[in-house]
Formats: sequence, structure tokens, C-alpha cells
Amino acid sequence: MIRIEGLSKSYGDLPVLRNCSLEVGRGEVVVICGPSGSGKSTFVKCMNGIEPVQAGRITIDGEVLPSKPAAAARIRSRVGMVFQHFELYPHLTVMENICLAQIHVLKRGRGEAEAKARALLRRVGLADKESAYPTQLSGGQQQRIAIVRALAMDPIAMLFDEPTSALDPEMIGEVLAVMLELAREGMTMIVVTHEMGFAKAAAGRIVFMDHGEIVEVAETQHFFAQPSSERARLFLSRILAH
Amino acid sequence: MSGFDISVILHALPFLAKGLGLSLALTAVAMIGGLALGLVIAVIRLSRFRFPAMLAALYVNGFRAVPLILVIFWFYFLVPLLLGRPVGALYSVLIAFVMFEGAYYSEIIRAGLKSVRPGQWQAAQASGMTYLQTIRLVVLPQALRKMAPLMVTQGVVLFQDTSLVYVVSLHDFMTSASIVANTQNRIVELYVFAAFVYFAICTTGSVLAQRLSSGRRHAY
Ligand SMILES: Nc1ncnc2c1ncn2[C@@H]1O[C@H](COP(=O)(O)OP(=O)(O)OP(=O)(O)O)[C@@H](O)[C@H]1O
Ligand SMILES: [Mg+2]
Repeated sequence: MIRIEGLSKSYGDLPVLRNCSLEVGRGEVVVICGPSGSGKSTFVKCMNGIEPVQAGRITIDGEVLPSKPAAAARIRSRVGMVFQHFELYPHLTVMENICLAQIHVLKRGRGEAEAKARALLRRVGLADKESAYPTQLSGGQQQRIAIVRALAMDPIAMLFDEPTSALDPEMIGEVLAVMLELAREGMTMIVVTHEMGFAKAAAGRIVFMDHGEIVEVAETQHFFAQPSSERARLFLSRILAH
Repeated sequence: MSGFDISVILHALPFLAKGLGLSLALTAVAMIGGLALGLVIAVIRLSRFRFPAMLAALYVNGFRAVPLILVIFWFYFLVPLLLGRPVGALYSVLIAFVMFEGAYYSEIIRAGLKSVRPGQWQAAQASGMTYLQTIRLVVLPQALRKMAPLMVTQGVVLFQDTSLVYVVSLHDFMTSASIVANTQNRIVELYVFAAFVYFAICTTGSVLAQRLSSGRRHAY
């Protein structure tokens, strides 16, 4: 489904990703974790081509992602992305947020786009919020709407970059519940998160990154029981401590 | 020259109104044209296309380096040369103002576009929007609210700058006022009146700018 081969990227002189390779199959849920600054966000942004890379090849559903960002737009529209800070469009209502790309990228009619949006909003329990503006909603509600906005594009895979780390603790559960349900339905998901509970419940494999490298890729049970690298062991002991 | 003689102003009112008309028309055209040109320049400068972005930067820095009065002179002599026929002072001045204001407006628009946080660009791009769609549908609407007050302020400055057209013998409001002042020898009356008109128009502009910056529907 998504194949990444030998991905390298640097910002100026600073190498951020070094020779990263990963293959994610259809319906698989992969969790990426690692210390702050290890390149996790950059890695997922490279996966749908919104960050240009210096070396490497990304194949999505059999299509090689063109190196020119503009040429990648069509493929990009097939991969949903959810951000740490939601990134709903503040000048648009919830409904308009969900319909914007459906109408302008997929060229759907407004009626079809709105019907799609309503069905998805109902699923995440926010049917009554369609005419609200993002600033009128809680963080948890905004993030669930951001997920709906991505799902409305009928993506073949979903990328999440720390979807719960900007949320108050009491709102994390409602967002994770939506993500768990998605995973159970067989959505292909790549999730950067430190929510180890979610990882244990949903992920088939865990990717551990450090200093821009993929240090370890392991089955979830394996990773938690006995990480093979020292760095992962250290990271786990620190993160599970609190 | 004794007393404050309002009748001089009343008498000259049609003449002054014509001058004011030119100033306002010039302001409107330069604002609309300058905004359109400025938007194009800003979008090019922020794009990935290095060479056009460099040319756009050169344009902006070039125009901002010279005084407007010089630009007006240039176009007065240059445009007829380029077109091979005279175009008249008015048209050359219109072109000069639009080109000049375009440089300034492009800086306001560019700063506004850049003030929208990177996550918004990324979210739009991630959903498959092109660069131009991202600007038009996501970034510009957010930037506009931040830019509106600055644009009005620039418009006020522009209105005051229209007095420079006297150098190519056009009669804007200020020029008309000084003509009347000198021919009627009523300097105090005319210049007080001129100051009052400028004050009224520019204050209206400033109030409008403040309204635009505080009267947002949803603060963000
Ligand atoms: N636009 C940028 N320009 C320069 N350096 C950047 C940029 N974005 C990220 N970096 C650097 O790249 C490195 C990796 O950043 P990245 O955000 O991918 O890490 P991360 O693993 O997601 O960290 P976190 O857990 O804090 O989100 C960091 O050292 C960061 O400072
Ligand atoms: Mg990150």
C-alpha cells in the first residue's frame, strides 16, 4: 500500500531523516514513536509529499510519488492527514471545512459532499456542530472533525501526527475511540503517537525512530515485551514511567 | 487679505470638486489596480519558482527604492516612447500609480500570506489542493482580515500622494486649491479648507481601518 525506500532529508546542513525505509500493507496499523526531534513528523509529511525529500522513493498504491510537489497533488488527495494542532480552517464552518477539498479537489457536487459530511459527522457524534466555527469547539471536537474532513476524501490510508498530544487529558479518549474504530474497520493507518495504550490495542507493528533513523521495527507485542535496541528500551522505560 | 472669506471657497467649489474627483478617482484606480498587481507579485514571490520570484523581488525593491514623484516623471516620458504615441498625462499617471502601489501592496499581501501558520498550508496541500487553490481557498481569506487595516492605511497615504501629479500639470485637489489660493490671493481660506477635506477623508479611512481590524466575526 505504502512503500518508502531509502528516504533521506535534511534542512540545510541538518540531516533530519537518514535512509528510512518502511512498508505498510493494506489494512495495517503502524505506530511510530521516538524521542522529540527524532524526525517523526517530518517522516509522515514526506510520505504524502508535502515535504520535499533529497533522496528516496515513495510508492503509494503502486504509484511512485513524483518529486515535484505539484505533480503529487492528485496522489496526495488519496491519503488523509491529521495534525497535532487540528488545522481546521478557522474562517470556515465545520461543514465548509469538510466539503472544501471534496468540492475543489474531487470535484464532487455540494449536495453529495454535504451528505458525505453529515454521515461522517453522525458517526463521530458531532452531527449538531455542522454550522459551528472551529474556535467554538473543544480541542477533542476539533480533532474529530479534522478526522472526518480527511475521511470525507475516501482515503486509501490515513496519516496521524500526534493527534492527541495537544489535547486536555479528558478529551484524548474521545479521539482515540474514533481512531480505534477506524483501525477495526480495516483502515490503513500510520500513527505518530506516544499513547502506548492505543499502540497496544490497535497497532500491528511499532516503528521506533531516533536521530532521523528507523532504529527498530517490531511486532507490537514484541516491542513492548522486549525491544531489541537499547535506545528503544530506554525510551520505553521513560515513557511508561508516567 | 482681511477676515476669513468663505465665499471664495463657495465660488471655487466646482473647480475644487473637479480636483477632488481626480484625486479620488486616481486613488480608487491605483488601489484596485495596485491590489491586483500586488496579489500577483506576492503569489509569485512566495512560489517555488525561483527565477520569477527573483524578478518579482527585483520589481518590488526597485519601485520601493525610488520616490513616487520620480516614477510619475518616468512614465510621463517613458510610456509615450514605448507605445510610440502620446497617451496624455492622465493615463501615464494612472499607470505609474498602479505600478508603484503594486509594489507596496505586494509587500502587505506577502506579509499577510506568510502570517498564516504553516499548518494551514500543509493541511490544504495534504488534501490535494494545488498551490493556487491553497492560496485562494485557505490562506488568502485568513490573511485578508489581517491585511485589511494595512491596506486602508496604504490607501490613505496613496490619497495624499495624489497631490504629486501637479508635476505633469494635472489638477488634483491640492493643486486646484493652491491655484485658487494664488489667483484669488486667499491663501489662508483655501489651505484651511484643503486641510479640513484631507482630514475628513483620511479620518474616515482610519476609522474604517479600525473597524476592519476589530470587527471580525470570529477572532483567530
Ligand atoms: N522547517 C524546519 N526547518 C528546520 N528544521 C526543522 C524544520 N522542521 C523540523 N526541523 C528539525 O528537524 C528535526 C526533526 O523534527 P520533527 O518535527 O520531524 O521531529 P519529531 O520527531 O516530530 O519531534 P516532536 O516529537 O517534538 O514532534 C528537529 O531537529 C527539528 O528541529
Ligand atoms: Mg512532531
